[in-house]
Amino acid sequence: MEDIEKPFETKELTISMGPQHPATHGVLRLVLNLQGENVIKCTPHVGYLHRGIEKLGENKTYFAALPLTDRLDYISSMNNNVGYVVAVEKLFGIEAPERAKYIRTILAEMGRLSSHIVWLGTHVLDIGATTPFLHAMVAREKILDLFEMICGARLTVSFPRVGGIRNDISQEFLDQLYEFVLDFPSKMDDYETLVTENRIWKERTVDIGIISLEEAVNWGLTGGTLRGSGSDYDVRKYFPYDAYDKVDFDVPVGKNGDCYDRYLVRVGEMRQANRIIKQCIENLPAGPVMADAPKFTLPPKDMVLKDMEHLIHQFILITKGPTVPEGEIYVGSEVPKGELGFYFVSDGTGKPYRMRVRAPSFVHASALPRLCEGGLIADVIANIGTIDIVLGECDR
Amino acid sequence: MEPLQIAERLKERFPDEVLDVREFRGQVSVTIRKGKIAEIGRFLHDEPDLYFDYLVDLCGVDYLGKKDLRFEVVYHLYSIKHRHALRLKAEVTENDARIDSVMPVWIGVNWHERECYDMYGIVFAGHPDLRRVLLPEDWEGYPLRKDYPLKGPAQEWSGFLDVLDRSKKYKQYDWQG
Repeated sequence: MEDIEKPFETKELTISMGPQHPATHGVLRLVLNLQGENVIKCTPHVGYLHRGIEKLGENKTYFAALPLTDRLDYISSMNNNVGYVVAVEKLFGIEAPERAKYIRTILAEMGRLSSHIVWLGTHVLDIGATTPFLHAMVAREKILDLFEMICGARLTVSFPRVGGIRNDISQEFLDQLYEFVLDFPSKMDDYETLVTENRIWKERTVDIGIISLEEAVNWGLTGGTLRGSGSDYDVRKYFPYDAYDKVDFDVPVGKNGDCYDRYLVRVGEMRQANRIIKQCIENLPAGPVMADAPKFTLPPKDMVLKDMEHLIHQFILITKGPTVPEGEIYVGSEVPKGELGFYFVSDGTGKPYRMRVRAPSFVHASALPRLCEGGLIADVIANIGTIDIVLGECDR
Repeated sequence: MEPLQIAERLKERFPDEVLDVREFRGQVSVTIRKGKIAEIGRFLHDEPDLYFDYLVDLCGVDYLGKKDLRFEVVYHLYSIKHRHALRLKAEVTENDARIDSVMPVWIGVNWHERECYDMYGIVFAGHPDLRRVLLPEDWEGYPLRKDYPLKGPAQEWSGFLDVLDRSKKYKQYDWQG
């Protein structure tokens, strides 16, 4: 017994976790300085997926840069698209028709569900529960199938357009989605039965990675990561875009700012997303899906094929881009990870002079040392899962 | 508080620093001299009726050939408590591309400043760990500057040449056997 109770003499050990590591959710590399099992210093290294999206965006027209945003957070590309078109619409000074706004809200919430399902699955998988991952992926598959039904793509959708959406959605899509929405709360109950009150889960997440409200705001955390600490800051409520001011939903808020509260917040968000989709389908207005702003939006394809004027119009918009008012604008939108912001500086030409992407994952990854240092090495995994980062967005 | 009122407050407190106030689509940008940025940040953060507790974003903009002072560092501020926003723009010259870090006020600006240094070569004085963040540490040049070629530098990055060399070397081994 005496031998065991004697304090160990341990040397400081430096290990490199990643860039290829299943629990880092992409190519994130953490250099951890360990004293025994305690993390005394954590240095994240990012940039392995840097593709220069901001530089590319400055060299493309506003329309052509849309598919780039798919590649930011590649598991919720619909939300990035919506965030991008909302920002560009505000810069252009145009507004999408009601129906398009409702449809974009539906799609964004579907994207949120699919992203949160991946988060839930991988987060609990990292901590050791395999079953919820397998169950959750089934629901995600259904959402991706629905995406495929409207635009042919499952992940990189590029479906919304500046001024509306690419094409109207079918009744069949709405019926299938409604069926899914009615069924989803019972699926959520299933996942929660497996995880929420699970003793192992609670041991691993309660009081782990605590960050106070004041500190979380100071670090610039957003989304579920911030709301776990007790703030109700949600771009959908603070700066309503699309149809968010016309639907009724709550913003789940945590108390302690630990991994468990952030888990509860995101799970609550999934139920709210489901509620928003349901309301939007029920109140979906009829009408056009593209704004009537010929100077800024592409003409309908069937008219381009029939009519010379429209063809010329399309040609000019695609090659030269629209004539945009000079100015600068920052517009944020709530994506599953947090606040995704686009900052445009327009010099009056068809291409943005500066396109800046404010990526939530980038900020969250920068806060990793704050969450991990002083904890155990096993908690590093819980912390990476709880801040919900995607490295494609972090590195841009 | 209305954004223009905030700009007025700022002008009252720092009459020599504020150069220009502009509004576009309801968003107000205040152009300032870079000298007292840390002090201005502290003022905006601490004043109870302003209380800009959340720094949304920091980024650089390169106005090569468009403005006399080449760079601008843009701060997007927001107050979650009072629900008002402000955009600060600090002008930075090419010859003296230095500006004070605002990390003591908003710690979350850490990687934004590193990225700005990475992409524009603007040095943030007082930043505790100013390294490149997205690009390799031995990268040459600053990619988001307007005079940087879109297709990248003529000379490939040394790290990539290294990988090519190594892959050639590994080809001589028979991995299947």
